[in-house]
Amino acid sequence: MRYTLRVWRQRGPEESGGLVDYDVDGISPDMSFLEMLDVLNERLVLDGEEPVAFDHDCREGICGMCGLMIDGVAHGPERATTTCQLHMRHFDPAEPIVVEPWRAAPFPVVRDLMVDRSALDRIVEAGGYISAPAGAAPDAHAVPIPKADADAAFTAAACIGCGACVAACPNGSPMLFTAAKATHLGLLPQGQPERLSRAEDMLTAQDDLGFGGCTQTGECTLVCPKGIPLETIATLNHDVLTAALRGR
Amino acid sequence: MSCSDYTNYSEGEPIADTRAPDGPLETRWERRRFAARLVNPANRRKLTVIVVGTGLAGGSAAATLGELGYNVLSFCYQDSPRRAHSIAAQGGINAAKNYAGDGDSVHRLFHDTVKGGDFRSRESNVHRLAQVSTQIIDQCVAQGVPFAREYGGLLDTRSFGGAQVSRTFYARGQTGQQLLLGAYQALSRQIHAGTVRMHPRTEMLDLVVDDGRARGVVVRDLVSGEVSTHLADAVVLATGGYGNVFHLSTNAKGCNTTAIWRAHKKGALFANPCYTQIHPTCIPVSGEHQSKLTLMSESLRNDGRVWVPERAGDPRAPRDIPEQERDYYLERLYPGFGNLVPRDIASRAAKTVCDAGRGVGPGGLGVYLDFAEAIERLGRDTVSARYGNLFEMYQRITDEDPYEVPMRIYPAVHYTMGGLWVDYDLRSTIPGLFVIGEANFSDHGANRLGASALMQGLADGYFVLPAVIGDYLADGPFGPVPPTAVEDAEDEVRQGIAALLAVDGDRTAESFHRELGRLMWELCGMERSEEGLRKALEQIPQLRGEFWRRVKVTGAGGQLNQELEKAGRVADFLELAELMCLDALHRTESCGGHFRVESQTAEGDARRDDDAFSYVAAWEHTGGAPVLHREHLEFTAVRPSVRSYK
Ligand SMILES: Cc1cc2nc3c(=O)[nH]c(=O)nc-3n(C[C@H](O)[C@H](O)[C@H](O)COP(=O)(O)OP(=O)(O)OC[C@H]3O[C@@H](n4cnc5c(N)ncnc54)[C@H](O)[C@@H]3O)c2cc1C
Ligand code: SF4
Ligand code: FES
Repeated sequence: MRYTLRVWRQRGPEESGGLVDYDVDGISPDMSFLEMLDVLNERLVLDGEEPVAFDHDCREGICGMCGLMIDGVAHGPERATTTCQLHMRHFDPAEPIVVEPWRAAPFPVVRDLMVDRSALDRIVEAGGYISAPAGAAPDAHAVPIPKADADAAFTAAACIGCGACVAACPNGSPMLFTAAKATHLGLLPQGQPERLSRAEDMLTAQDDLGFGGCTQTGECTLVCPKGIPLETIATLNHDVLTAALRGR
Repeated sequence: MSCSDYTNYSEGEPIADTRAPDGPLETRWERRRFAARLVNPANRRKLTVIVVGTGLAGGSAAATLGELGYNVLSFCYQDSPRRAHSIAAQGGINAAKNYAGDGDSVHRLFHDTVKGGDFRSRESNVHRLAQVSTQIIDQCVAQGVPFAREYGGLLDTRSFGGAQVSRTFYARGQTGQQLLLGAYQALSRQIHAGTVRMHPRTEMLDLVVDDGRARGVVVRDLVSGEVSTHLADAVVLATGGYGNVFHLSTNAKGCNTTAIWRAHKKGALFANPCYTQIHPTCIPVSGEHQSKLTLMSESLRNDGRVWVPERAGDPRAPRDIPEQERDYYLERLYPGFGNLVPRDIASRAAKTVCDAGRGVGPGGLGVYLDFAEAIERLGRDTVSARYGNLFEMYQRITDEDPYEVPMRIYPAVHYTMGGLWVDYDLRSTIPGLFVIGEANFSDHGANRLGASALMQGLADGYFVLPAVIGDYLADGPFGPVPPTAVEDAEDEVRQGIAALLAVDGDRTAESFHRELGRLMWELCGMERSEEGLRKALEQIPQLRGEFWRRVKVTGAGGQLNQELEKAGRVADFLELAELMCLDALHRTESCGGHFRVESQTAEGDARRDDDAFSYVAAWEHTGGAPVLHREHLEFTAVRPSVRSYK
């Protein structure tokens, strides 16, 4: 099969970019979207052109490194799917495919389709952990945890930090990402002592980093490859409110 | 570029000291910890430790060293430490907790691991690993790792290949992810506290050795392309395995050998490079374009049954083949362990039935992994709760529904047991260079048991390295490194980059990688023969010569350049591949994942030769023919026996 791609090319953060058209031939329905880009890139190199830069690593939908805007949708048309797990069988060769990087003020473009998402690491550094230095832990069975709580914590913990939620949000808010972490740790007994400070510190960091605020548009969950539920945001908001009431 | 000669080798001095305490196995670790010198807390911040890699091993090590108050510099090539390849581990992590009450113990885990490794690992290390395993689970739970639980609120466990007890802790099919996020969060806490400085998107390209000590790393900033040096009192490599030498493997695309290979060229011995693990349950290759292979967790073998049609070339759909015309060959050949035999055995059994023309799917390179019986016995909901995300992943890739039709699976390269040689204290042969996680060779012998890599990575990072590194650092700080040592190392790296860019040929680095991978899979893969290995040793230098004449790398060095990154990694694989083949050629016995066709029993099982090969092969780089140093293995607690899973 042959596809027409319109790919965002931009040499660096300070330079202006634009869409460039490419035709790629010899694409099979079993190829992943990134394998299709590999085909394009090998050809570009042989033609002496610089290949399209894009982030990827595991190609299994778990590392969170890949992420492209495909026809205006973060991670493309399939629900609950990362870009690396998207296959060409879902695309009609008759339609050109527009491929762009995540767009959000705190995610500057590094080059072409690659963006700098380190702001998400800063949010976790601000408090997205349980303070448990190695060597001092009690026996793992000391505190039983109801299965339902453990399962709910797991659901929130499944976030891969890809940033699609930010890219999809009209305000450029990382609220779903932050709430996923706050919910994961906040649902567990081990996470209680730091629960309120964690929520507050991460939220403050998020604002300081220049992310937009959350107005509950729900666009984030539609593109989230791991199905992080919108209720996590309510959990986070509840913790932040409680912290404020307690005058922390 | 390298003019090494790998068709030959010479014998060097055997390795005399592994720094392991003697005396009873059970108390060695305790005695080692007690004997290790400590560094006073006030002095720790004056000591800098570089940790390269942020996977389970490196992430947990950097976090823990930071907690102890050392000044830590951490590096990874991804854009965030949270994305290290460990994130992809699915199935679980072993620990001798005996929570299932089914007779597990530290001794049993130790025993299973030594046996699973086909008696090619060091008893003291393995025993320590089994001891430390229980603390890992405590540590991870304290951090908030959401392991699977039972209705009573206690932790759930399951069985993995090579074990008859249920000792594998898991978090759905995302155990590696959850463990890594735990380590990443601990690391983030230290970054926030200022004890760890993080350098993501940075690749280590060489080791700085001064006055016989490892003193730093030369790195390339992958965004700006700038080459620079970071100095320290000790360097820890936690850069993972080199399975991508086969091009197609279950490893992440960026996994490479660069850091350990370049350290090897600077003097660190490389142990057992040919020990490679081929995982039996991966999704088969679907075409030329394939860029990586996807693992289907071994945990699936708990409930899935492996079979092929009785008759070669049976054209019927799997559901149309009646029970009595199916061959559940693992259950038939190994009634004791059935579908749960260790990986090397399951992989070769799959190859044998496919070679006999009984394979299924495109090209006959596949066997069925069938859940029909499990779905009937447990119900669809239970099966979905256990394996739902794996089923989904399978369906997304193949467009087939494993609830309805059996999965098709085939073996693929998965893990490398070989790596840099380390002693009991995780020291390489370069003083001040420590190696942890998959990057070292230490605990798995010739075959790693499922769910033991995560255990080893975290044991090394949270508990072992932090306890022993002080004994080395107690002699530090080691004073300034002369600028010439830094300049020399940087110049070498810059020349290497310039050389790759200068070729300006007509083939992509990827095309060479693909060709090398095919060659290695055929000649140094699941079965190895003298003839094949000799052929490989002829072909690899030719391919490497062609690489340096024909590779094309676009762009420049002083910019973000993914082609340049790839070409550098492929260049290193092209050198490592030869050492692997030489190691495989010299080891004329079969053991674990290393199967020499010349050394098998009448039934086609691997035949070890303990009299000749009960040693670790540690190779020294010379620039000419490598030198073999042997570390003899002694077994006092587990008697080497024929590994039987029947
Ligand atoms: C698909 C899959 C599933 C698995 N499932 C299991 C399982 O269920 N149970 C189990 O026990 N094991 C499993 N394994 C094996 C296990 O995941 C790995 O062996 C283990 O995670 C390796 O951890 P590590 O910390 O040593 O290295 P990695 O996690 O590979 O980390 C390597 C780190 O080094 C960095 N790095 C590498 N090279 C450089 C360089 N030159 N410069 C700078 N940084 C560099 C990378 O950025 C990364 O941070 C699985 C493996 C695969 C492939
Ligand atoms: S919440 Fe979802 S979309 Fe946002 S970073 Fe996490 S996985 Fe990605
Ligand atoms: S490449 Fe890892 S999630 Fe896509």
